[in-house]
Amino acid sequence: MMLHFPALLVVVPLIMSFLIFACGLFERRICFPLTLVTLAACLLFAGGSFWTVLSTGQPVHYHLGAWAPPWGIEYVVDNLNGLVLVALAIVALLAAIYAKTMVEREIPVAKHAPFYALYVLQATGLFGMTVTGDMFNLYVLLEIASFSAYALIGMGEGAAPFAAFRYMIFGTLGACAYLLGVGYLYIITGSLNMADLQQILTPLYQSQVLSVGFAFLLVGTGVKMAYFPVHTWLPDSYTLAPSSVSVLLAPLFTKVGAYVLIRILFTVFDPSFSTTLLPATQVLGWIAVAGILFSSIMALAQSDLKRMLCYLIVTEIGYIGIGVASGNRLGLIGSIFHILNDMFMMAGLFMAAGVIQAHFRTRKTHELTGLHRKMPVTSAVLVIAGLSVIGVPPACGFFSKWYLLLGTIQAGQWFFMGALLLGSLLNAILFFRIFERSYFEARPDDAPHLGKEPGTTFERAAMSELVPMVLTAAFIILLGLFSGYIVEYSIAYAVPKGM
Amino acid sequence: MTDSVQPLIAVLAPMIGAALILMTGNKRPNLREFWTLLASVVQFMAVYGMIPQITQGQTLRFTLVPIGKALALELRVDAFGMIFALLASFLWILVSVYSIGYMRNLKEHAQTRFYFCFAMALSGAAGVALSGNLLTLYMFYEILTISTFPLVAHKETPEALRAGRKYLVYLLTGAGFVLFSIAGTYYLTGSLDFVAGGFVSGRGSGEILRIVFAAFIIGFGTKAAIMPLHEWLPSAMVAPTPVSALLHAVAVVKAGVFCCLRVIFYVYGPKTLNDLNLWIILATVVSFTVIVANLYALTQDNLKRRLAFSTVNNLAVIILGASLITFDSVRGALLHLPFHGFMKITLFMCAGSIYVATKKELISEMDGIGRKMPLTMAAFTVAAAGLVGIPPVCGFLSKWFLSLGALQSGEILFLFVFLVSALLDAAYFFPIIFNAFFKTREGNPGRPVREAPFLVSAPLAVTAFLSVLFFAFPDAMLRFYTMGDLVARSLFGGR
Repeated sequence: MMLHFPALLVVVPLIMSFLIFACGLFERRICFPLTLVTLAACLLFAGGSFWTVLSTGQPVHYHLGAWAPPWGIEYVVDNLNGLVLVALAIVALLAAIYAKTMVEREIPVAKHAPFYALYVLQATGLFGMTVTGDMFNLYVLLEIASFSAYALIGMGEGAAPFAAFRYMIFGTLGACAYLLGVGYLYIITGSLNMADLQQILTPLYQSQVLSVGFAFLLVGTGVKMAYFPVHTWLPDSYTLAPSSVSVLLAPLFTKVGAYVLIRILFTVFDPSFSTTLLPATQVLGWIAVAGILFSSIMALAQSDLKRMLCYLIVTEIGYIGIGVASGNRLGLIGSIFHILNDMFMMAGLFMAAGVIQAHFRTRKTHELTGLHRKMPVTSAVLVIAGLSVIGVPPACGFFSKWYLLLGTIQAGQWFFMGALLLGSLLNAILFFRIFERSYFEARPDDAPHLGKEPGTTFERAAMSELVPMVLTAAFIILLGLFSGYIVEYSIAYAVPKGM
Repeated sequence: MTDSVQPLIAVLAPMIGAALILMTGNKRPNLREFWTLLASVVQFMAVYGMIPQITQGQTLRFTLVPIGKALALELRVDAFGMIFALLASFLWILVSVYSIGYMRNLKEHAQTRFYFCFAMALSGAAGVALSGNLLTLYMFYEILTISTFPLVAHKETPEALRAGRKYLVYLLTGAGFVLFSIAGTYYLTGSLDFVAGGFVSGRGSGEILRIVFAAFIIGFGTKAAIMPLHEWLPSAMVAPTPVSALLHAVAVVKAGVFCCLRVIFYVYGPKTLNDLNLWIILATVVSFTVIVANLYALTQDNLKRRLAFSTVNNLAVIILGASLITFDSVRGALLHLPFHGFMKITLFMCAGSIYVATKKELISEMDGIGRKMPLTMAAFTVAAAGLVGIPPVCGFLSKWFLSLGALQSGEILFLFVFLVSALLDAAYFFPIIFNAFFKTREGNPGRPVREAPFLVSAPLAVTAFLSVLFFAFPDAMLRFYTMGDLVARSLFGGR
């Protein structure tokens, strides 16, 4: 049974998403439990596969339909994506629990069934992108994830359909670029399997076709992971998306994109190719420096909490880019670890933002006065996740920055290091502005927006919203405290040999 | 090296206390204050209990979690850390009593937050003292910084919020420098564990070691209020007096000094500083602070601000003593670290006591106050005399060793720095005392003034008494002298 876990990780949610839709037509209340069961099963599959990898020390290979690799599709779980898969599954499950009450609040009853179906389909795409060992299969799953994301975002408030449309244009361009890249590689190698490609490509590194394909792949992935300057689709769509959706998409989608980038740069291509032969990582690094500064400052300029967090995602992606750009072992450990950490940090922050919007009835950062009095747990989560983003130990954000920092020093890239430190400082200003609002009141009961709608009284956040939030905060601390074990037993093996 | 949970208790007790304070909340203030007192006593007992082993030259260790090869979050107790841990945890008990009296008399708001953050800050301070390596140190250093921010901004007035923001910007920028240095040190040496006498020598070119050292001092120096990075400290005086007393005279700023000294003694070491000629640069920079801070203090009319500049001066004196790296100057610095804490906390508690009794903050309004509040002003006089360096108060001892050390260093200039500093101390403390006792206030007497309540005045009497006691018996109770001696011996070999 455990043998089939990598495939079940994709097949089960795929089938379930259709089943949820079908069942939902008759009884909409069954959708949520089914979603939960599906995602819990996915956590089991992901955890089981990763456990096999850890205990045997060997990657798990699964050949779909028993077709041998270069011809058939292969799913692979190794130290790199095993960890990402587990984190994905945990966050997706927490986000689903969190979404229950949010969905009832935000989504019209008639759309509940399609919503949950798309939700699970979204998770399918993300799991698939991570687990697959096949370039073209990755494209297919990328599009599954993207299209469900467009639809989910379109269910949001105000101009959400337009934002989703814009995202779709960008996303499709990105997907096209990716597909072209895969096409170029296929032309010169005749293979789509990642491990196979790695073998075949090595003698072809001087080929111009290869360089072009490589560039297309990077651009395509860059768009999907919201790498500055092709991040422009992100702030609008994630801000206007329903809270239940942004809490799934914001932490996970860009991070899976980052994982794909690392896969392409360091597994499909040899590290020596990406870092020295065609110094793509250098270029990515300098763009990341600009991106970190730009998006940090943009985040400072936002008065909408969610939009601010959206720019923060772009900053965090920049950090991951810096680690990749260092082009050494330490930097890459930092990047991979940051992918994990950022999933939890962003999940915590977006969950808090969603709860604040729903119960405190505002998203404006300057209207958060007295938040801690009304919502002590939510503000505490905001503080923990915020401090982690700033990089205060023992929260996990510090430890990934620590490796990133060591990476830049080893690479002798002082500007990259400066960007890391300066970015943390700008994030500190960002968050302490909010903490100040929420914890220090100018006057007691100075919360004008609460009285805006007559008859509405403040309702406490539901347990199903608080528990996932608190668990996420706990993960943030635990990941930090046990970072040594995570790095030593898993990430250290994920970094390609020879770095 | 013995494994022991005592250091962990010292760090965890305030953290658990903080959690209990938060859970108890405003509804049951007596229970909440009980947690503060309990946590402070437990913390002190845990630290105090380690004295016998440390004076025998042992090192206690507790590993929290490993982080990587040759790196762990680890607590390790040596004599140097004990000095700071003893100082902070002992004074916390007294200040807890004092702050209960102070906060209740002034009916301050948000007291739960106050006590919560106070306990967290003490956890951070103990952690800084007992850290076994730079990474652990950095963690607790950040916890200390962040938990102090709500205390600085406690009053929530625009002025307090401004002070809080200034505090954060200064300290977090400093932390950035520190992080760079720590990462640099790790990259150069592959280790972050403190070693008496340093572990960086020969692990990089002189240039790089100098840059890293400069970043260390800039980073930690921000917290130690070395000029020109001191600006946040006088502004932070807007905080309630117990905060100024314990945190801005003892725990926070002393943590900065402590970290500077850690770097000087245990990361770089006397020999490396000598070889790279760094000590004379550092000594010159802090000498500037020593003198200029005192000149600033002369011009301040707000009592707490004057005390703040006096703190800046004394912190620089400690670092100056350390940077001279002679046997006696190091002992002097290590004695001045706790002794200044006792004296300065007395002065701050006096300022708070005056504020509680009269709501006065300006020195020019304090004429004749000595006759209304004899106990407070007597304590003030003792502590001020001690800071100037007049026997029989403990400040004399530490300044004596510092001066001896300046002579040993062969740079006579620094002896004059110490002497001029003492002279300026006298110039700004004695007028306050003189006016308080011998001048009468003209015009409207206002409401009658009495001594502040017992909970406020008792702790300051105790610290004033201890300041005198430590002159006669510098090794009494908390064993500061032995500890300082142990550290100096470990650095320079037995003498």
